[in-house]
Amino acid sequence: MEVKIRLFATLREGRGKVLSKDFEAGVTPGLIIEDLGIPEEEVAILLVNGRDGDLEQALEDGDVVSIFPPVGGG
Amino acid sequence: MENTGRLSKRYAKNLQMLSEEEVLMLHSKKVCVLGCGGLGGYVVEMLGRLGIEAITVVDGDCFDESNLNRQLLATEDLIGVSKARAAQRRMASVNPRVSITVRETYLTEENAREIIAGHDLVFDALDSIGARKLAAGISGDMGIPLIYGAIAGWYAQVATIFPGEGTLESIYPGKQDKGREAILGNPSFTPALVAAVQVSEGLKVLLGRGEVLRNRMLFIDLLNNEFDILPLNGKIEP
Repeated sequence: MEVKIRLFATLREGRGKVLSKDFEAGVTPGLIIEDLGIPEEEVAILLVNGRDGDLEQALEDGDVVSIFPPVGGG
Repeated sequence: MENTGRLSKRYAKNLQMLSEEEVLMLHSKKVCVLGCGGLGGYVVEMLGRLGIEAITVVDGDCFDESNLNRQLLATEDLIGVSKARAAQRRMASVNPRVSITVRETYLTEENAREIIAGHDLVFDALDSIGARKLAAGISGDMGIPLIYGAIAGWYAQVATIFPGEGTLESIYPGKQDKGREAILGNPSFTPALVAAVQVSEGLKVLLGRGEVLRNRMLFIDLLNNEFDILPLNGKIEP
């Protein structure tokens, strides 16, 4: 099944803005993040289909996962 | 001092956009600004010029040379001086009608409740994620809305958080205390931009009009000129 991945800010470096990738059924955002080689500390906001997502939720064909790194400076 | 109706002439250009009653109402509000660095320096400046005449400024840090690239209050002659104290000095020359309460301390579990109590609105202009979570938690417990802003290099984010809303948990679900700013640093322009959006949000909350970033977060990417409003908290339809 195909999942669209939207990356933001520094997560785009070396990966691109939007990726469409094939995964086996039951893939989770957590597994996709691992597959993309994104370290855990570089993940903050996670959206699935534009709403709050969970690292462990099972994705479906056509889902869109958006990943943002932490921004915390003042 | 000249007056425009019941108002000081210094607020004349705030009128039309704001009614005289609204400006008078702003005079009576008490606002707490947590952090007087990149964001906080601009936030205090804009609040004072809007006519918020009671502002508490909270920062335990002193100016360092590395602050000069972006912090409005950081000037050569104030290196080594308390940031909170500098905010007070600055406002004395911008708008002496503003009463600044100086708290030369960092926000901690021990002092947060006492510092935040009694304000109508809190601005989170902090630079550690742990302190941000503390500020949001205590403000929420005390029934006070909080305006969140954060920056990292070209990137920035703003949200308006009302009591009971878990927006910050969606923004920082992990255990990190610093974000990408630790790698990217911060330039001169993102603090000014984000502080402006924060003050606009805070003004709307105080006035009770307009649309605020509630259960949403504005994500700004100036490198690519992308401005996204993300629904957070799972309560708003995309």
